Order: sequence, then structure tokens, then C-alpha cells
Amino acid sequence: MAVELDVFVGNTIIMSEEVYQLWLDGYTVNDAVKVRMEGGVLDEFDAKADVVLSDTMDQYRTFQMCERLLHSPTKLANQLLFQIPPHRQATLIERYYAFDDVFVREVLGKKLSKGTKKDLDDISAKTGVMLKSCRRQFDNFKRVFKVVEELKGPLVENIRQHFLLSDKLARDYAAIVFFANNRFETGKRKLQYLTFQDLAFCAGQLINNWTVGAVDNMVEDMDVDLDKEFLQELKELKVLITDKDLLDQHKSLVCTALRGKTKAFNEMEANFKNLSRGLVNIATKLTNTKDVRDFFIDLVEKFIEPCRSDHWTAADMKLYLTHYTNSAHILDTFKHQVVWDRYMGVIKSCIFKMYHD
Amino acid sequence: MPGKLKAKIVAGRHLPVMDRASDLTDAFVEVKFGNTTFKTDVYPKSLNPQWNSEWFKFEVDDEDLQDEPLQITVLDHDTYSANDAIGKVYIDIDPLLYSEAASVISGWFPIYDTIHGIRGEINVLVKVELFNDLNRFRQSSCGVKFFCTTSIPKGYRAAIVHGFVEELVVNEDPEYQWIDRIRTPRASNEARQRLIFLMSGELQRKIGLKVLEMGGNAVVGYLQCFDLEGESGLVVRAIGTACTLEKLSSGSGTHTHPNTAPASNACNSPSKDGKEPVFGEDLPSSSGPSTPFRALPTSSSSPPPFSPSKPCSRQSSSSDTDLSLTPKTGMGSGSMGKDAGPLKTLLRQQTQTALEQRQEFPFFTLTSFPSGFLLHVGGVVSARSVKLLDRIHNPDEPETRDAWWEEIRQEIKSHAKALGCHAVVGYSESTSICEEVCILSASGTAAILNPRYMREGCLDLGGSDQRWFEDPSPSSCGFCHIPYDELNMPFPAQLTYCFHCRRQKVPDVLFTTIDLPSDAAIAGKGCFIQARLCRLKKKGQGEANATAISNQLPFMEYELHTQLMNKLKLRSMNALFGLSIQISVGENMLLGLASATGVYLTALPAPGGIQIAGKTPGDLNTEQHILNIQKRINDTIAKNKEFYEVNPPDLTEEVVGSPIPEPRLRSRLFRSHSESSDELSELDLSHGKKDAFVLEVDDTDAVEDIQSLLTDASPPKGFYSCNTETMPGIYNWTSALQMFTSVRVLRLSNANLSNQALNKVFTDLCENLLKSFYFKLRSMIPCCLSHLVFSVAVPEEDLIQVAVTAVAMTFDKDQTQDKPAEKPITKGCSEAEDQLQFSLELCTDSSSINSQSSSKNSGVPESSHLSTRVSSLEHSSPLTDGRSRSLRSSRSFGGSSVSVVKMTPLSFLPGTRIVKYVGIINMFFIRETTSLREEGGVSGFLHSFVAEVFAMVRAHVAALGGNAVVSYSMKDCVLMENPNKNQCQCLINVSGDAVIYIRETDQEVTGSTANIRLSCTSSADGAT
Repeated sequence: MAVELDVFVGNTIIMSEEVYQLWLDGYTVNDAVKVRMEGGVLDEFDAKADVVLSDTMDQYRTFQMCERLLHSPTKLANQLLFQIPPHRQATLIERYYAFDDVFVREVLGKKLSKGTKKDLDDISAKTGVMLKSCRRQFDNFKRVFKVVEELKGPLVENIRQHFLLSDKLARDYAAIVFFANNRFETGKRKLQYLTFQDLAFCAGQLINNWTVGAVDNMVEDMDVDLDKEFLQELKELKVLITDKDLLDQHKSLVCTALRGKTKAFNEMEANFKNLSRGLVNIATKLTNTKDVRDFFIDLVEKFIEPCRSDHWTAADMKLYLTHYTNSAHILDTFKHQVVWDRYMGVIKSCIFKMYHD
Repeated sequence: MPGKLKAKIVAGRHLPVMDRASDLTDAFVEVKFGNTTFKTDVYPKSLNPQWNSEWFKFEVDDEDLQDEPLQITVLDHDTYSANDAIGKVYIDIDPLLYSEAASVISGWFPIYDTIHGIRGEINVLVKVELFNDLNRFRQSSCGVKFFCTTSIPKGYRAAIVHGFVEELVVNEDPEYQWIDRIRTPRASNEARQRLIFLMSGELQRKIGLKVLEMGGNAVVGYLQCFDLEGESGLVVRAIGTACTLEKLSSGSGTHTHPNTAPASNACNSPSKDGKEPVFGEDLPSSSGPSTPFRALPTSSSSPPPFSPSKPCSRQSSSSDTDLSLTPKTGMGSGSMGKDAGPLKTLLRQQTQTALEQRQEFPFFTLTSFPSGFLLHVGGVVSARSVKLLDRIHNPDEPETRDAWWEEIRQEIKSHAKALGCHAVVGYSESTSICEEVCILSASGTAAILNPRYMREGCLDLGGSDQRWFEDPSPSSCGFCHIPYDELNMPFPAQLTYCFHCRRQKVPDVLFTTIDLPSDAAIAGKGCFIQARLCRLKKKGQGEANATAISNQLPFMEYELHTQLMNKLKLRSMNALFGLSIQISVGENMLLGLASATGVYLTALPAPGGIQIAGKTPGDLNTEQHILNIQKRINDTIAKNKEFYEVNPPDLTEEVVGSPIPEPRLRSRLFRSHSESSDELSELDLSHGKKDAFVLEVDDTDAVEDIQSLLTDASPPKGFYSCNTETMPGIYNWTSALQMFTSVRVLRLSNANLSNQALNKVFTDLCENLLKSFYFKLRSMIPCCLSHLVFSVAVPEEDLIQVAVTAVAMTFDKDQTQDKPAEKPITKGCSEAEDQLQFSLELCTDSSSINSQSSSKNSGVPESSHLSTRVSSLEHSSPLTDGRSRSLRSSRSFGGSSVSVVKMTPLSFLPGTRIVKYVGIINMFFIRETTSLREEGGVSGFLHSFVAEVFAMVRAHVAALGGNAVVSYSMKDCVLMENPNKNQCQCLINVSGDAVIYIRETDQEVTGSTANIRLSCTSSADGAT
């Protein structure tokens, strides 16, 4: 007695968020049935396995049919095939575009190309995210990237409008696009301790302050590429370390301000020149694409690691960077206050975010 | 009279990519009506073309306007090769032809291709200008309104009910023409779709003509069906009830405000003016359909029979089989049509036929009636006949098919007469075809109607005595009283005096095909009851095959009936409503499926229990076994009583003693006599103070039967189900609803199944479907599956197909308690004064007594009762309101432009009021694929097709300005697959009434579509 055909179609879409999640996670129908039954659908409703199977199949088919629409979410709102209440539409989209932090952490900064796609097996094995789900997430990144690449206007806003995502998710996607576009290196072992949220926050800082869009908001690619002029100007900061007087003056100003306020004062004083050189060198090298890619690794190696080995607390870090930044304004021969602020503002918040275990 | 049809093609969106090179499409549109075609310009390289065309104008006869659909074809322009078709849209312009419906069709339609499904959407505007002309000899019937709804549509009243109209048209099926061998599947499908569109247009026009000639202006309960007879042709037939409807304009105003009970009271009291009774579904029925608050001031007494034996089902005999070539019916019966009217001479011949038929067949396709209309119910009448199909030689003379139906209707009519009834209500017809064999079935409920509402001569009153019409009996039980002569009963039945009024006789059980009258007195809730049967049959050819089938039919009906009876008893109920028995024929088996809604009518005697009797008393094992079964049965009955809250007032029992007539009749009802009465007396018969229904266990078959009886699981807690419009016992619907269609096909793996095993398979299939629904819709609890319509088919050998359409509706659980308290009032107030003492007894709730005194004088439903009910309604509304509002607020999301269209197989939407009927929806689609695997197998294929059909229905309704479809039904779902060739084809036919509704809570009737669209919210998101 084989069931040859079995369908159930409602005038309004019939879906359970639980099954949708299983589908998104890449479970096969049979595995999904198993999970559901273990999850207690049975006890709750005296349902036999075949009933759960039939229900799961119906929903899987529905999701598959919706998937095409989900690729361009704006269509979902004015398509006629399925009658989906607005809050359901929002759920469908938001969940479809949601991703696993562990997965995205792996591909962050990689080129969204066929080559990377081939590595998904390994990533799947490493992260425990099912391959099917990895593919979906990867394709989502690629799709979003492709669409917003060519658009004018603010990145986050574009993503939100074209994919109808929530503000939070749109920001995350902006970060992913930004990382992919600039190919920041994030995979090194030293960077492993950073979560996606850390990096996404930093990306947000960079997008808001260092891109073309930060100054001019009607340029193509404005939010995706760093502001070249600004990067050029950063070279000027070199005086802070090349000019011996300036360096000493800067050091003494910072030390005066810090004295007595922190236990790590001695280490700060001892390391000042090193640390300052580190930060300024990062700034001056950013015209180089290769060095842009190493931005995060440099931050960690040149600044975060030395501080950590000296057991600075987060508060110490904050205190130090605040005074380090502000003191530069008092240096009378230092003329590049604007660039300095634009640079240090981002560096400060990135380091605050990245300074943890 | 000519008319001018204007169409404008505005834009397209989401078109498919037709040019791989550019990933774009160069689309243009052809607009065709009749033989005239217009084209738009090519809109190059876009998937969202903006044609913004001029108005294309077609000057045409209104006859064509009725028959032809507007055909819109979207194509991709190709300079070097032939243009590729993207898809088509057929628009039925009938709704534009009568004044009250839509005035313009405007909206986005899915572009449909029979091979690829929906491929983008197109925005179209259509208008019609009709020139008035009063040609009496006209062929068109513009202006006649059609309703699928099987009750008087809301907002109308029926001034006159004219009676039965029917028509059929035949044609060759394009799929079987020689040309089909050389054309593409797409061309063939499109030819078929178009032909069926034309045929149903023509059919509707012809029926309209009959209605006009009868003096009516509308057809209610319009039921159109297709018979795909294969080689022998294509038949489209329809039946309906002709009426003269009048719009209730003031009425609707009054009822907008539920608080003004007294005003509405005046309006819905038919008895006010005896000469011109008015009825209409004018109440703000937020809960039940039509008339939940009304107490009927009816008249007359008389009952409904149906006895356990088999009065309901009479099959036509096997001799019919060779009748396929019978000449046109003589239409014998010296009909009374002769003195029809002065107009007669003017009428063409066709007219005469129409008139004759109407009078000859006092049939009504309605299933629920205005108060006072239905006096007594006799029982179910049905007739079946097996025919051999023969090629239809001349499509213009469909006599053969006409004659077949004629015969069946005659039989139905005579059955009704035998039950002492002059009319048949809840009437329907159906066919089942396998190869060259065709089973024609018709069934209905014999009844006596109040002639006041009928046009003179419509009913043959000659035979029946006038006492029915003069003797007023309470509406809560009147319809139960037997219409036939007690001393000369058409079948053995057990009669008692009515438990309500004590004045008339009632049968012990009542089976009907109609809905439960809204004012009927019931106890507890209703329940979906199904009898299933599967019988093997030898493969055969021609006449021998037909005879074999014909011989089986009576046995099948008998067995289905026995099953229904047992299941009814098992639930402690005594009446079935909405009974429909479907028998489907396949090459090697026959399937029988009877569905109905069981209910406990308090006017009828309490059902006895079921008693098991063994044939061989000596055997200890058997006895033990029997005792066990008996115990289980008793337990089940007790459980069911509790579940369905069947607690009839106890005091009735005491009085029962005396009026029970002729106890000798009783024994006949048993399936067989018990020989072991000694043992029986020791059994616990607590369920039957009265006689129990005895089942004898004499062989394994019987044991199986009983087992299967007990395997029917009752629905899980929080769920109820029924196949009627309203769920007896539930009155407080909330507004969430989810209409669904489900199809399941089972392949029998083992070719050598016994009847028994086959039955089990079939029963499990149906039971599992129900379980599946409960599971899927569990988030809607407390909820009721209403209007569960099952249709079975045997698409090919070893396949069983079951298709179900139903609606899940939520209700407010707490308020279910309110109703029982109020119910006695309903009963009481409709009692005539001289019956006061009885009704007092019945009113267990003392609160009802005061209202009773007021009703004493009038016999009209008094206001105190109305207002109680109303308040409970208001109570329920804020809930609904809050919920939808929250949805509405989130609606701005994504700038969605698609308006929500609700769909329901019922004639009403809970919590809303239908303000306008914008047109009938009658659509036929074919879908075919040659890449079945790629589309996800048959399930994937059908899933998307059903979704597409829904989408197209919704789009058409929205374009008409409607926001819901009521009385929706899927008439046909024919699936043919060939997995080896990776192919599959499916045909679906759906119909319904497009309406505009407003929410009950919206006080002001604005009438403007814009507002209505706003108010339509999507609270219908079903299961999560």
C-alpha cells in the first residue's frame, strides 16, 4: 500500500517555524521527521510517524516553491502564488537570510567565488553546519553582494530595501559584503578568538568612517571601498613617530595624564613608543591593498598582543587610547588633527571591541 | 442587443526570461475576443513591461459576451523565428453583465501556461457597455445572477422560488480528435480549456434563458459539472434553483447595528404579512451562517422518516444498462405545465420544455432555507443508473444524455411521492465514469414545502392533503414530523410522538441531504460520520460489465447504510444531515463513500445502544469475546456522549412511555434476530432504556465489521468536524479560517486483496487523512473542520484517489457554554400558545420562562431573545478585532500590494457581513508536465498546481473588487500520470461566489472598494 501522492495545500500558507528551521538547517525530510518526533510532537498530539512525515513533506515542498521567491524578497510581497500574511513573509525572509556565526566566521573575508564554494565541504565538516545549509548561506552572501555591489547609496540601507531584512541583519550583511570586497584576512590563528560579531562591529566602524560614503553619499561603491584620499592622507601621520621631538612630547603628555590612574602605568610608559609606532605604521601602510587585508592581524600583533602580555585591563586600554588620541591635539607641530581623529576614532572602537580573550 | 467590450493592457511583472542571451524578454500581448484579435506593441528587453496600451474595443453580441471568455496571450517577440508564447489569461466577463455586480475588472492576473504553470503576472482593465434592448426573442440572458451558494444569498430575499432548472451541452473532446496526434500538448490543452470555457458560458446562458422565461432573475445553488467521457465526448451539465431575488436594502442598514434588535425583529418576521412572506439572510450572522438567531414562526407538523432498513436508497435496476440508446424521453406525466400562462404563445419551444420540466421536477438544489419554507422532511431519496457511453454524434442534440437524467429524476420524484412528499430539497446529481461505463446518481431529501413561497403550479399539491399547511407546528421540531401516512408507511419505521410537541409522529432516525435547519432543537454537538466501502469487481467489457456493476450497487448502498446507522448509534445520535453517498467505479473495484453530519435531535427518540449477539451460545470463548466487544462498544458510546456533549433533557424519558406506538414494528429493524436472548439480558444495556440495535456476530465478517466500527477515532480534543454548513452546537465562531485542499492517492501493492482487506485499506486512507488534518491544523484549536467534502475516484487499476476540500474555523471555547442556556428560549418562543405546557417542560432553564410568556401572543421571535444573543456576539468581536488589527499594522511591510482574498466552502465568513456578490467564479484548468521528476514527482506537481489554482481564483476575485470567495468547491480533480514517461496531466474545476465582505465590527457600510480592501485583514494564517 504505497502512498503514491499526498498533498495538502491551504489558501493561506501553512507552515511551522520549527519545520522551516529544520529545512533551513539542511535536514532531509526523514531526519526532520526524526527530530520532530524526538522533540515531542508525538506526545503533544498523538501523531503517528506517517502523519508527521506527510506534514513535513508538505511543508518542505512549500518551502522549496518559496525558495525562488526568497531569492528576491521584494517579489514575495507582490507575488500571487502563495497567500502569505505579512508577518509570515517577514519571518520567512529573515530566517532564510539568517546565518550561523560559526559558518560566516569561516568565509569572512574570503572571495565569494566558485573556489570558495568548493571548500564548503570542509567548512561544513569543521563547523558542524550541514552542507546544504552552508550552501544556502554562502549563496545568500553572494546574492546580496552581487546586488548591492553596483548600487549607489548607503550599503545597509540598500541591503535592507532590496532584501527586506531587519536592521540588525542588514548591518551584518553589510559587514560580510565589506569584508568580502576588501578581502580582510580573518582566518589566521591569532585572529581565531574574534567572533563574527566582533568583526562585524569593526566593519561597521570602517564603513561609517573610512569609506567614500562617509563623506559623500552618492557615489557608486561608496560604502564598499575605503576612501583612497583618506588613505593617502594617513601617510602624513608618520611624523608622529619619525619626528623624535613629537614622539617624546606625545609620550610625556600621555604619561602625565595617566600617571597614578592605572596599575599598568609602568608598562604603558615603557611600551609607549612601540605601541605608537605600531598604530601609526598601520595607518601609513593602508594605501597598500595587501596591508589593508592584514589590517586586523596587524592590530592584534602590533597592539593587542603586547598589551595583553602586559595584563592591561579593558579599562586600562580605554584610558590609554583616549589619552593617546587626545594628547595628539595638543602637539603644536602636529597639523593633521582631522585625519588623526578619523583614524583613531575607528581604531579606538575596534580595539575596544577586539580586546578580550 | 450588442455590447461593447473594452480591454486595456497596462503592464506585466515577474515575466520569465525568454531570451537566454540577454536574460530578458521582449514581450507583447494579444487580446482576443471571438474572432477579433488586437496586439500591443512589443516592449523590448524587460521582465516588467509597461505596455499601457490603448483601449481595445470589441463590438459584439451579448450572446457572445456570455459565451466567450476574453483571451489574453502574452508572447515573446522573436525577429527570426516564431514568437514564443509565455502564457494566457482567460477572463470570464459574465460578472460585468449584470448591474449589481462588478462594474470593472481590474487587477493583476497570473499568466498561466499549461506546461509551465504560472509565469509572471499581467495587469488588465476590462469594461463592458451594454445597450439596452427588449428583444423578447433574444438568445442571451444577460442580467440573470448565478450563485453557487445553496441558500438564499445574504442581503437578498427570495420573493418567489420558481424551481428547478437544468441544462446540458455536449461536444467532442479536443483531446480525442484526430488533430491531437499532430499538435503539441500545449495546443491541445489550450483547445480544451477554451472549449470548456465556451461550453460553460453557453450553458449558463441557456439556463439564464430558462430562468428569464420562468420570470426569475437569479439561479441559486448553481451546480455545474463536467463529464469527461473520453472517446464519446465532453458533457457540461448544470442544475440550479431559479428564484426571484430582491435586494434587501433597508434591511442591511438595520442589521448593521446589532443593538437595534427590535427593528431587525420586525424585519425578519415572515409571519407578519401572510400574503407576502419575506425571507432573506438579512441578519448580521457573525456566528452561524444565515439564521442563527431566528426562531422560526413556521406552521405545520409532519415528520421525517428514515428508518434503519433502506428507505433512502433505491437503485435503478440493472435493466437500465442497455438504455444508452433510448430515444428522447416522452416526458410523460400529464404535467401541469399546460396552463402555464398567457405568455406562453410567445415562447419558443425551448421555453415550453423549460416550463414543463420545472413543474415536472419540484426539485431544489438549496440545502438551507428561509424560515417557514421547509415544513416536513421525509427522508433521503436517491437513484442511480448504470449506462454505457456511446459517441455523441451530434453535439446539437444531446437528447441521449438528457433522457438519462430525465429518467433518474423521474425516479427520484416517485420516491419522494412514496414518502408522501411533493418536493425534493438538497438535490444534487453526479456521475462516475470508467472507460465506457458511467454511473449516474442523483439524490435529495423528500420534503414538504410551504407553497406560499412558491410560484403557483410549481408544486404538485394535489395529492398531499392540506393539513400540513394549516396545522402549525413549532419550527424546532416541525420538520421532523412524518409527512407520510402512518398506516401506510413506505417502509418499516418506528414511530413515536414527537418529543417536543407530543402532537405529531416522528421516526426514530432521520437522514437528510440538507443542512440542519437553524432553529432545530438539538442536544450537544454534531459530528462527522463516514461509511466507507470497497468492493472488488471482475474486469469486464460492455454490457456484461455494466450489469455486474448494476447488480452490486444495491448491496453497496445497503452496507453503507448499515455502517452509517451503526456509527450513528455509536455516537448516541439520531439524525444525519448533509448526507452524500458517492459511488465510484474503477476497472476492478467499486468504491462507496457516505459522509454526513450526525446530530441528536431532541424531537426524536433517544437512540438505543448497540447490542452484540452471538449465534452459537455454547462456545465459551465466543461468549467471552462478545462480552468484551459489547463492553468496548458501551464504553465508546459513553465516551462519545461525553465528547459531543449529548445530554438530552432527562425528563423527556419519563413521558415517553405511553405514546410509543406499535412495538411490534421494532423487531424488524434488526439486522437479524437474536436467538440468544437469554445471554443478552445479562448484558449491561444502560445505554438503551429503549431497544438496543442488535448486531449479530455470526461469522468473521461480522466481527470485522464491528472492529472497524470501533476503529474510527474521534477527533482529538479541541477539534470538531462536520460536512454541513454549520457545525451543530457551535455558534461562536471567531474570524480565523483556513481553507484547504488535500489529495491522496494510494497504490494497492497486492493485487489479490480480499474485500475485507480492501475495506480496511480504504477506511484507513480516509481516517489517516482526517488525522493528518487535525495534526496540521492543531495550532488553530479550538477549531472545527466544516464542510468536509470527500470525493473518491479510481483513476486507474489499483489506485484509489481521495480529494478533500474543507475549511478549518476557530471558535471561542468559553462561549460554547452560552448556547445551551439560551437554547430553550429558542425552542420556547416559537411554540404556539396551545403548546405552552409542553414547552415549559422542555425548558429546563428557568430563565427562559419569562421570554416565553411574551412569545405567547405573537409567535414571532421576541426581542429579549434576540438581544441576548447579540450581546454574546459583541462579546466575541473585540477578540477578533484586536487580532486583525495587529496584523494590519504590520501590513505595510515591504509595500505589499496584493490584497488578501479569503476562501471558504461555506456560504458565510464568520465575524463578517457580505455586502455584495460580485460574480460567480467557474474555472477550469489543465496542467501538464513532461518533466515530472524535476517537478518533485506527482506530489510536487499537484502541490504547485493546486497552489496555482488558488492563486488564479484569488486574482480573479480581487480583479472583480471582491475580497473573498464563498461556497467554493473543487468539482473535479482528474489526475493522469505516467511516471515511466516522466509525464503527468491534471484537470481541476473549481467554482464559488466572489463577494465583498466587511467585518462585523465595522459599523459603517462604506461600499467603496478601497475601504473594504483595507478592512480585509489576513487573520487566516492557519497552522504554524
